[in-house]
Amino acid sequence: MQALRQPRLLAQLILLLLLAAVPPVMTAIDEPFYTSLFTRIMIFAIAAASLDLILGYGGMVSFGHAAYIGVGAYTVGILSFYGVDNGFIQFPLAVLLSAVFAAVIGAICIRTSGVYFIMITLAFAQMLYFLGISLEEYGGDDGMPVYRSEFGGLLDLYDANHLYYLVFAVLAATLYFGHRLVNSRFGMVVRGMKSNSLRMRAVGYPVYWYRLTAYVISGTMCGVAGALFANWSEFVSPDIMHWVRSGDLIIMVIVGGMGTLFGPVLGATAFLLMEEYLPEILEGTAPGAGEHWHFVFGPILILIVLFAKGGIFGLFGGRERGDD
Amino acid sequence: MTEPVLAVEGLVKRFGGLTATDDLSLSVTAGEIHAVIGPNGAGKTTLIAQLSGDLAPDDGRIRFAGRDITGLRADERSHLGLARSFQITSIFPGFPALDNVALAVQAHAGHSFRFWSPARRDAGLREPAMAALDEVGLAARAGIVAANLSHGEQRQLEIAMALATKPSLLLLDEPMAGMGIDESARMIDLLRGLKGRHTIVLIEHDMDAVFALADRITVLVYGRAIATGTPAEIRANAEVRQAYLGDAHVG
Amino acid sequence: MDGLLLLEQTFNGLQFGVMLFLMAAGLTLVFGIMDMVNLAHGSLYMVGAYIATTFTQWTGSFVLGILLAVPATALVGIAVEVVVLRTLYDRDHLDQVLATFGLILFFNELVRTVWGPAALFSDIPAFLQGQVEIIPGVPYPAYRLAIIGVGLAVALALYLIVSRTRMGMLIRAGASNREMAGALGVNIKLLFTLVFGLGAAFAGLAGMMTGPITTVEPGMGDPILILAFVVIIIGGIGSVRGAFVAAILVGLVDTIGRAFLPQFFRLFVADSTADAVGPAVASMLIYILMAAVLFFRPQGLFPARTG
Repeated sequence: MQALRQPRLLAQLILLLLLAAVPPVMTAIDEPFYTSLFTRIMIFAIAAASLDLILGYGGMVSFGHAAYIGVGAYTVGILSFYGVDNGFIQFPLAVLLSAVFAAVIGAICIRTSGVYFIMITLAFAQMLYFLGISLEEYGGDDGMPVYRSEFGGLLDLYDANHLYYLVFAVLAATLYFGHRLVNSRFGMVVRGMKSNSLRMRAVGYPVYWYRLTAYVISGTMCGVAGALFANWSEFVSPDIMHWVRSGDLIIMVIVGGMGTLFGPVLGATAFLLMEEYLPEILEGTAPGAGEHWHFVFGPILILIVLFAKGGIFGLFGGRERGDD
Repeated sequence: MTEPVLAVEGLVKRFGGLTATDDLSLSVTAGEIHAVIGPNGAGKTTLIAQLSGDLAPDDGRIRFAGRDITGLRADERSHLGLARSFQITSIFPGFPALDNVALAVQAHAGHSFRFWSPARRDAGLREPAMAALDEVGLAARAGIVAANLSHGEQRQLEIAMALATKPSLLLLDEPMAGMGIDESARMIDLLRGLKGRHTIVLIEHDMDAVFALADRITVLVYGRAIATGTPAEIRANAEVRQAYLGDAHVG
Repeated sequence: MDGLLLLEQTFNGLQFGVMLFLMAAGLTLVFGIMDMVNLAHGSLYMVGAYIATTFTQWTGSFVLGILLAVPATALVGIAVEVVVLRTLYDRDHLDQVLATFGLILFFNELVRTVWGPAALFSDIPAFLQGQVEIIPGVPYPAYRLAIIGVGLAVALALYLIVSRTRMGMLIRAGASNREMAGALGVNIKLLFTLVFGLGAAFAGLAGMMTGPITTVEPGMGDPILILAFVVIIIGGIGSVRGAFVAAILVGLVDTIGRAFLPQFFRLFVADSTADAVGPAVASMLIYILMAAVLFFRPQGLFPARTG
């Protein structure tokens, strides 16, 4: 088994090394735009990976995870609004608040399952979206500008490379934590609940509490992604909580390959690159076609669902099943 | 007189107009195999579901190991020592057999809010799981993904998962369901091996198995227990013959 | 004065509620019978509004436009069911979410391509432009009253279909027990298609009638879709009666909450605080209602599925 696992491990390490090499390479060829683009990609990779913990491993289809990106981002934004730019305050508070929101919302959602769960997570995310819109003081619909976090002189996030490596470090930590988590006792319970929650109950697991804990962990990690996103965009608005963003996250997980750790990273990369370049490519085929890229993307999505469920990760030797 | 392991008193469950469990009382003493038989629709599976905690009764009490468990959830009952197998095989099909059982062991090895150490390298889970697999004769198949086991092996795996929780009472819901003759014979041997060491409530259609294994038998008809006794008494019981055995093949 | 405002807002809430019911009725049947998540239901609302606007312009008559647009929207719905959704019934919910999400992107872009990105404005038909006195001295827009009337009429018609016809019996059987409906020898495939067409017609009708009082624009169906979800969750999946009660409830709570909560808060806190907190709480009110209902009744007010 060890031998089988090696190539995958190697591929993952190479991918991480490639990501680590982005800033110097882009600086060398004078394309700083790509450093920024990949910063954004990694932020969504963190969010997608955290969603995958409950979606891919736990079988819980949360259609409202963008809400936690919003909670994290607004925490940074509102603190910044009141002049609190210290990242050592902002980030722990973003973690705490997204955990609290996830615990309260999760406590209600987890009581349900199936179609109900999907709709309720969606509805609560929409609630936070409208809450954001109604907060006139913080820009309402239009959002508000945000100053980047300060880390007591340790990091200068206005330096694109510093920001990049902060996000990179968080992504690497997320993936490592995720790896420990899914293989831990807790992770086995989460996977068992996806497979057969009736059986889990019968052998003695209080399923509700394990589900809720998984949901809170996932939402909290998404909140960290949100805090990073506010820094990257120097701006927060309700739009980051829009329900389509929640859908995007699910797509990233599925396209990358759910129930894998690196799948969401690949999925976020593919999705955001497509979002960035599909319009351009279409524009090349017919003038004016670029702005209608959803016209092509929608059906592509349907075809992926119908015919290619393994995701990108599936192309590289199948899904991680028994061991990872 | 020792207190029974399981005592059911006046249990009632209705579905709309249908009374699936009708003022049912039942008592199971330590160490016995207590079979519950009855024609289709007698309410056997409804009874198991209420005993295991998946279904709340409308009336009546269930006492287990000296305490009232009527209001407890299935997972809470499991921790008091009640384990079950399902009529329709209920396993974790994507996991290897050993992982299936290890999950059951883990449920009773403290809480599982442990996020860091790899569970698959935890000897404290693997060794008891392996022992339970060995007990049902699946040790050699430990590494096989459960979905790829034969039907009979999956049924054995269910028993192993139940045993792994170190139960004081096993509820077995038709363990022989869907099995061929050879597989059934192996299962009967397996259950005979558990006899004396475990208290078992056995629901089964296979009369050969029931009369070969059971210490006592309760006959259920329309949700009501019409008789309880040793196999010989049940065979001789006129009411049972009329209500149930009359139209069934008796071994 | 406040009493009159309350009356007016109650009517507005009622009007919003019957609109939500038209959306939720089809959706709850699709969820209930087919156990299927359909996000594209909001697209049918939007498509209905666009088709009606176009037909109204062609024919010069609002009523004729709607009469043509309802069956047209039903046909669009049936086409969607036959081409895409039918293949999804056996898939898990995640697949359904993704594929119908893809449909939304497609439809939003389709109307943007066909009708342009700018919002369309359609006029209230001349014969409904005035005000009607609901009680002496209290005028209320005739068009909104008409919406309430049509909505209630459709609710009644649907109630009769579900409770009195053979199709209705099959729908009820399907919502409470799918296997049984299959065992009755029903042509399930055809039933699903018809139910879907019916739901599409209702959603389209809601969009058509809302068009003149809001704007017709790409993506207009998405927010209303999520509100319809809230309605279904509160009402209980698969229950038309539940959808009706919950739709009216949500319509009233949302409308009246938005109108009166800021004033209400002024009774307790400073005006500036009330003006900030009031709208924020009002925007969350129906979700709080949903959470409260779920807390006490996880299956909704009128659970349809029994086993």
